[in-house]
Amino acid sequence: MAARASGKAIARAPRDTAHEGFLTHKRSRWLKVALVISALAIAIYALTDPAPRPGGGTVVGYLLGTIGALLILWLSLIGLRKRIITRGPYSLKAWTSAHVWLGLSLIVIATLHTGFQLGWNVHSLAYVLMMIVILSGLYGVFAYARLPEQLSANRNEATQPQMLEAIRALDAQLDTAAQPLGKEEADLVRLSLEGCTIGGSLWQRLTGRYPDCGNGRALTAVQAIVTAQRHSGKADPRLTQILFLLERKAAALAQARRHIGIKTRLELWLYIHVPATFALIAALAAHILTVFLYW
Amino acid sequence: MGQQLSGHFRIAIVGSGPAGLSAAAHAATLGLSHVLLEKTAHLSDTIFKYQKGKHVMATPAALVLRAGGGLAFAAGKREGILATWQTMIAAAGVNVRLNAEVTAITGTGDPIPGSIQKIVTRKRDGSSDVRELQRLAPPYRLKLADGSEVTADAVVFAIGLQGNPNRMACPGGDGPQVQYQLDDPAAYNDEHIFVIGGGDAGIENALGLAADAAQGNIVTIINRSAEFSTAKDANVKALMAARDAGRISIMTEASTRAIEPGWITLDGRDGEVRARCDRVIARMGAAPPRGFVEACGVEFASNDRLAYPKLSAMFESTAPGIFVVGALAGYPLIKHCMNQGHDVVEFINGNTALKPADEPILEAKFAGLPGRRSVSDWLEYLRSRVSILNGMSALQMREFMLDSEARAYAAGAVIFERSAPGSSLFGIADGDVLVEVDPTNAAITVPLGQGTIFGEVGLISGRRRGATIRAGSDCILVEISRSAALRLMAAVAAAEREVTRITTQRSLQQIFKSGLTPDDLAGVIASARVETIRAGQTIITEGESGDDIFIIRSGSMVVEKAIAGKPVFLNYVPAGSFVGEMAVIDGGPRSATVRAAVKSDVIRLAGTQFRDLLAAKPDLLARLRAEMASRSQLNSFIEAKKDSFGGVVEMYTGVANFLVDNGLGEATDVLLIDEKLCVGCDNCEKACADSHDGLSRLDREAGRTYAHLHVPTSCRHCEHPHCMADCPPNAIHRGPTGEVTIDDSCIGCGNCQRNCPYGVIRMDKVPPKKPWLISWLLFGQGPGPGEPDRKWAYKQSPKGVEVPKKAIKCDMCSGQSGGPACVRACPTGAAIRVSPEQFLSVALLNRDAD
Repeated sequence: MAARASGKAIARAPRDTAHEGFLTHKRSRWLKVALVISALAIAIYALTDPAPRPGGGTVVGYLLGTIGALLILWLSLIGLRKRIITRGPYSLKAWTSAHVWLGLSLIVIATLHTGFQLGWNVHSLAYVLMMIVILSGLYGVFAYARLPEQLSANRNEATQPQMLEAIRALDAQLDTAAQPLGKEEADLVRLSLEGCTIGGSLWQRLTGRYPDCGNGRALTAVQAIVTAQRHSGKADPRLTQILFLLERKAAALAQARRHIGIKTRLELWLYIHVPATFALIAALAAHILTVFLYW
Repeated sequence: MGQQLSGHFRIAIVGSGPAGLSAAAHAATLGLSHVLLEKTAHLSDTIFKYQKGKHVMATPAALVLRAGGGLAFAAGKREGILATWQTMIAAAGVNVRLNAEVTAITGTGDPIPGSIQKIVTRKRDGSSDVRELQRLAPPYRLKLADGSEVTADAVVFAIGLQGNPNRMACPGGDGPQVQYQLDDPAAYNDEHIFVIGGGDAGIENALGLAADAAQGNIVTIINRSAEFSTAKDANVKALMAARDAGRISIMTEASTRAIEPGWITLDGRDGEVRARCDRVIARMGAAPPRGFVEACGVEFASNDRLAYPKLSAMFESTAPGIFVVGALAGYPLIKHCMNQGHDVVEFINGNTALKPADEPILEAKFAGLPGRRSVSDWLEYLRSRVSILNGMSALQMREFMLDSEARAYAAGAVIFERSAPGSSLFGIADGDVLVEVDPTNAAITVPLGQGTIFGEVGLISGRRRGATIRAGSDCILVEISRSAALRLMAAVAAAEREVTRITTQRSLQQIFKSGLTPDDLAGVIASARVETIRAGQTIITEGESGDDIFIIRSGSMVVEKAIAGKPVFLNYVPAGSFVGEMAVIDGGPRSATVRAAVKSDVIRLAGTQFRDLLAAKPDLLARLRAEMASRSQLNSFIEAKKDSFGGVVEMYTGVANFLVDNGLGEATDVLLIDEKLCVGCDNCEKACADSHDGLSRLDREAGRTYAHLHVPTSCRHCEHPHCMADCPPNAIHRGPTGEVTIDDSCIGCGNCQRNCPYGVIRMDKVPPKKPWLISWLLFGQGPGPGEPDRKWAYKQSPKGVEVPKKAIKCDMCSGQSGGPACVRACPTGAAIRVSPEQFLSVALLNRDAD
C-alpha cells in the first residue's frame, strides 16, 4: 500500500512565482549590481593617476583584470548550469539575468583594464574576442526580446511536429490525387513532392526566400494551366483539386518555414557566442601567461 | 472427451475470466461436478482482447495467490499468461463450454416466501419503472443463447464489467452481415462496409479497413451526432485526414433505419439515404451487465452507477445459491479475482471456516491498535461504532478496510494540520477529537465525539484541510480514503445523507464563523438542497430577482457582469466560498451572473431562512456587509475602468475565460508559459526528463494559447483528479504538498490516461540510465540532456528483458528542495507555476505593468 498523506501541512518547496522576464528579474537586481560595479570601476579609474600611464600593469589594472578574468570564467559556466539539472533550489532565470547584466559590465571593466591601449598582439586579441562575445550576446538579448512573440503568433497553437505532419499529409493527398493525371501534369506534382525542402539552407532560413521551391514552381505552373483552361471553357476538376492542395501546401510550408526561420534566428547567435567564448578563454589564458612570463 | 456439456451440475460458472477460470479449476480439482460457460469462442475474453504483447501486472504484491487447480499467475506478457492458463485448464480437466452465452437464470424450486426483488429501470426522460420479481429456490435453470439449457445447484457469476455490445435495433439488425467486432481488417476485400459508431473503436476499425487501398473496400463511418466528441483527438484527426484523402466517407447526424442483404438505409440530415452495403460493423459501446444480473434476482446496493451487488461474506447474493465474484463484485485486480474464484468454490463445498486471502493484510492493519481482537471483531467494532458504517455488510466492511486504515492516537496527537492536503474522511470509533477553529489560538477548540466523522470538507471539495484536528483523548479512528468513501456513499444511502448533512452544517459554520451553533443553523440546513451544476451552467443571472445563497461545495464558479453588452470577468470563486449574499442583504436584483467553471456541486440555501438567521445574528450580518463592500469595490473598479481601458478589461476577461476553459477552474497548480518570453529552448522538458528517470512529463509546445499565454500539456493537479477515478491498484494519490502522483504499484492499464481530459498522462517505459553529462559534453557519449530518443534507449536496453509500460505524469517535483524543475530551469522566466487563486494576478496584472 502506498504511503498516505501524513496529515502534516508541509510547505511546498519555495518557488519563484513572480511573472518577470530575465531582464527585470527581482526588480532588475542584476542591472543595479552591474551599474554599481561599472560606476565603481569608472570612479576608481578616474580618481587614480598611475604613472607612467593607466593600463593593465598598474594596481588598478591588476584589480580590474582579475575581476574581469574571474567574471569571464563565471559567465561561461552558464552553459553547465543550464544542462546540469540538480535537485536543489536555483533559478536559471537569475543566472541568465546576472549573465546578461554582468556580461555587459565587462565592457566597462575590461576597457578600463586596457587603459585604452590596443595593438596587434595577443592581449588585444583577447579584448576583441571578448567584444565579439558581448556583441553577439547583445544581439541574443535583442532576439530573445523580439522573436518569441513572432514565434508564438506564427505557431498559432500548432507544434513543429504537427506542422511537418500537415505537410506530409498534404503530400500523401497530392500523391493520390495525381494518380489519374497524364505524365506532364503528374511531373508538375512530382516537382512539389520531390523538389521541395522544408528548412533549406541557412541562407534560406534566414531570408525566408525559397525561389527554387518545387511546390512554388508547381503551383505557378498548375495555376497557369488552370487559368488557361478556365479562359477556354471549363477547368479540369482533377487539376483544380491539385491546385487547391498545392495552395494549402504552400501555406503550410510558409508557416513551417517561418517557424524554422525564427527558431534559427533565436539560436544562430549562439554559434558565434559560444565558440568565441572558448576562443576568448584560450586567448585570455595566453594573455595572462604572457604577461607573467614576459614581465 | 469425457466432458459433459448439458444436463445438471453442482456448480455452473458463468464467465471464464481470471475469477471464473480459478473457480472452475478449483471445482475440477475438488472433483465437483461443474460447467464453465463462456460467451465467446475463447477463454478469458477481457485479457484476450488486450493488445498484442501487453504486459500484464500482478498486484497487490502483498497478496498471496490462492488459485485453484494449480492455476498460476505471475506478471508477464498477455500471450504467455493466456497460454499458461489454457494448458492448466486442460490439465485440471475443467469442463468448458465455449460459445455459451447465458441469457436468463431462473430458479426451478418453489417461490421463496417474502423474497421479492424490485427492479427499477430508469428511462431517458427521468421517469422510472418498478418491476417485481418473485425469487424461486434453487436449483437454477440457465438458458443459453442457442436455445439449450443447463441446470445447477449453485451459480457463480464471474462475468466482469465489460458487458455486452449494444445491438443494432433497426430491422435487419440481426442479419448475418452485421458484426460487432473486427478481428482482422485485412480479411475483407472489395466490400462496401459501413462502420456504425464514432467512438474510438469505430474510428479505429474504419481506418483499419481503409488503410490499404489495394483491398478495395469502400468504407463509410456513421456517427449519430455532428461531432466525434467521445473519440480521442488523434483518432479524429486521422479520420479527417483519411476523409480528405478520399479513403473514407463520413456521415454525421445519421442513424440506421434498415439493413437488408446488400443494402443499408440511413436517416441522414438531408433525409433518407439507401446505399450498397455488404457488411455492417456496429461499434456502439457496451451496456453494463447490471440489467441482466438484476433479472436473475441479484439485488444491487443502490441505484448509483458505481454500486455493486449486495453480497454476504461468502459472496452469496440476495438470490440464494447465486454467488458473485471478481470485477462485478467490486474487485478489479486479477489476483483478487483468482483468489475469490478459489474461495467461492470452497464456500459452496461447505468449507465456511475458510479465511479470505486478504486476512493477513487486514491483520497487519489492525496490528497497531490496542486490545487484542480478531480481524472480524475489529471489523464489527468499527462497523457498529461509526455511524456512517452501520449500514454495511461484513463483506463490504472487509473490502472497505482494504482501502482504509484504522489508527490509534494518543491524547493530544495531531491528526492533521490546517492546510495540509488530504481528501480522506475520518470516523471516530473510540474517544473524541478537538477541532482548532481559530487559526490564531490553538486553545479554542470544538470537540467531536465517538461515532461521528470529520475531514469531510477535504473529501468533498478536494481543497486543503480547513482546521487542525488533534486527539482530545486516546482515540481510535478509521481513515477512509476518498475512493472508499465514494463507494461507501454509493453503497449505503444513509451514509450519503449523513455526510451531506454534516458537510452542509460544517461548511456553513466554517464560512460564516461568528460562533454559529448547529441549533442556529437548523432552519437554514432544513432548506438546504445539494445541486449538481454542469460546467457553464448559470446559477445566478444578473438583473433577475432571487435571494437564494449558494455555497460551492466542489468545483468553482466564475462571476461576470455585463458591461456595454459584453460579459466582463469579475471574479473566480473556488470551492468552499459562497455567492448570492448581496441580494439577501440589500434586497435588490442580482448584480452579476455566476456560472460554473467546471462541473460543480452547490448547496442552495433559501433566502428567507437565511434572512431570519441574519436577523438573529447581527455579527454575521456585519461580516457579510464587510465582504459585500469589497465585492462592490471590485465591481465599481471594473465599471470605472471600462471607458478608459476598454481594451484592458476585454483582455482581462478574454484571458480569464481562456484559463478557465483550459481547466484552471479545477486545478490546484498549473504550469503556464508566457510566449512573449519563451524562446523555445525546451529546457523545461529537458529538466523534467533529467529529474525524473529520463522521461519528460510535459509537452511544452502542445496545448492552447491565448494572447501569448500558453497552457502546455502538463498536469493541473485537479481538485478531484479525473485520473484517480478508476485506478484498479489505487496507485494514484495526492502527496503531502498537494501533488497528484502515481506510485510503483501502477499496472499500466492506461485508465488514467483515458480519463484525463487534458491528455497529460503518457504510458511509457523508463529508458536506461544515461552516461554522465560531462562525458557527453567532452566526449559526446550518450544522448545529452533531456529525454533520450527511442533509438538510443532501445539500443541501450538489455535485450530479452521485458520493461512494462507505466503511467507517467507530473509529480510537481515533490521531494526536490528546489521545487518544480521546469520553472527552475527556464532561462527567461517564461515558465511559471501558479495556483488558481494566483492565476489572474500573476498572469494578467503583472503583465500589464510590463
